Amino acid sequence: MLEKVHNHISLPEGSIEKQTTTINLGPTHPATHGVMQNILELDGERVVSSEQTIGYIHRAFEKLAERRPLYQITPITDRLNYCSSPLNNMGWHLTCEKLLKIETPKRVDYLRIIIMELARIADHLICNSIVAVDAGAFTGFVYVMQYRELIYEIYEEVCGSRLTTNIGRIGGFERNFSNTAFEKIEKFLREYPKVLKEFETLMTRNRIFMDRLQGTGGISAERALNYGFTGPNLRAAGVDYDVRVQNPYSSYQDFDFKIPIGNTGDNYDRFQVREEEMWQSLSIINQAYQKVQAFKGADAEIFHADVPEYYLPTKEDVYTKMEALIWHFKIIMGETDIPKGEVYHSIEAANGELGYYLISDGGRTPFRLHFRRPCFIYYQAYSELTKGAMLSDAIITMSSLNLIAGELDA
Amino acid sequence: MILTNEIIQQKLIEKFGNQVSGFDEPYGLLSFEAPKELNLKVLQFLYDDADLQFQFLTDLTGVHYPHQIERELAVVYHLHNLKQNIRLRFKIYTAIEAPEVFTATQLFSTANWMERETFDFFGIKFIGHPNLKRILNVDEMDYFPLRKEYPLEDQTRIDKDDEMFGRGGTNS
Repeated sequence: MLEKVHNHISLPEGSIEKQTTTINLGPTHPATHGVMQNILELDGERVVSSEQTIGYIHRAFEKLAERRPLYQITPITDRLNYCSSPLNNMGWHLTCEKLLKIETPKRVDYLRIIIMELARIADHLICNSIVAVDAGAFTGFVYVMQYRELIYEIYEEVCGSRLTTNIGRIGGFERNFSNTAFEKIEKFLREYPKVLKEFETLMTRNRIFMDRLQGTGGISAERALNYGFTGPNLRAAGVDYDVRVQNPYSSYQDFDFKIPIGNTGDNYDRFQVREEEMWQSLSIINQAYQKVQAFKGADAEIFHADVPEYYLPTKEDVYTKMEALIWHFKIIMGETDIPKGEVYHSIEAANGELGYYLISDGGRTPFRLHFRRPCFIYYQAYSELTKGAMLSDAIITMSSLNLIAGELDA
Repeated sequence: MILTNEIIQQKLIEKFGNQVSGFDEPYGLLSFEAPKELNLKVLQFLYDDADLQFQFLTDLTGVHYPHQIERELAVVYHLHNLKQNIRLRFKIYTAIEAPEVFTATQLFSTANWMERETFDFFGIKFIGHPNLKRILNVDEMDYFPLRKEYPLEDQTRIDKDDEMFGRGGTNS
């Protein structure tokens, strides 16, 4: 008699009895909006548990930074939260300026604020319109994109690039804002409120949208603080912590703006907080623009602090003056010793508190540089946020947290 | 009561005596260190004390100082009292042969991934951590890349055959 042939598929032990389904969301899934993996355990459509795997685009920035002079680290920071690179760049310059004890002129501060708030708008705009996309509304996303494009054109006018901006230098900007840049900023200030209003009309009181967002992905203020939430996600939970107010940098104390907060910490509150922050950012840009315009004559030509050790001289000077040539050479070759010290500086980036912990041992490069990346810190709450939620709500929660893979993985 | 660096320092010394040391204020930020066995006690005290209330863990990371014998690795905590808006930096040191410190995950949920990251890059083992495994690097990695014995590659080396990036091979 023939032996019994086992030609069925052999399943792992216990998989028939198992009552839940395991699915793999990511690493490259259209709904994750970035390279990150989630292993979800589903009971029907409900998420029982989830496990996150990150690090797919880890590029060892902290190690790289240990071999670079300060100015060469700016392009690295571009690639953290690449939806708002200028914020990261400015945060880095401010950290260096704190270490080097450089005082920046007021005009530089105001110009920086214009750029930083534009970046915040660009970032929130992406996040909120992506939330809408995940809830099934594509129109808003496509419509507001042209205004992000306008913001990118402003960056382009100021620094020459769009996404990975490398904007500004230690001490200020590499050049003064051109008239075209100011014209574009004016155009943005003129046209954008109408568009944002339209986007809100489309989404904010939309019944379907509200039903999808309200009550999903919520977190209490207490848990949010314990999880180290910062930025819009913490404010949506009802804590009015904003680095711009608590530890003002770059002359934010000269501005009048409000900090919107939510109370349930759910997806809808996060959406609303970001919407309101865009209005506040617009108001800040308006104020900063007025302040910049108030500078006349020689004051209107100031766009950097006087720090020859770290700020590249103009090409004309390099070719004609010995001093400038020496500085140019020393800066480019990274031969300037930076003072010994240990500094932590943080700014309110679009996602939350972006911190730079810089240790210098007196050499030419940082001894250690650590980025406090808000994304990395609050993503660990994702399991808790989505436990018991529907799979489709878990997707919205992921986008409303504003997870940016570049910042997550550093 | 308005909290100042002096009051915090005084309170810490009252509680822990000469075990807390190295008080300094670089750029206005109070920083100090304690023996690594005391890290949880100090964190708990800072968290619970009615005046101090350092209940927000801003950042946790590691540093490698290869030349400090018996205290090569540091764990750095940045804490924040959000009500009074005051920050401090707290450091503990451990020998690289037995890099074991207690986990802060019981106190701060956020310490979970921060400690995993510190373990991943420095090999500091956090005793009692619920899920201490690598987070950004691959699980198979058998070294801790942010330690100083692993220098970055010399960018001018030419012995490596890496034609796609313009070094070595037939192009050079």
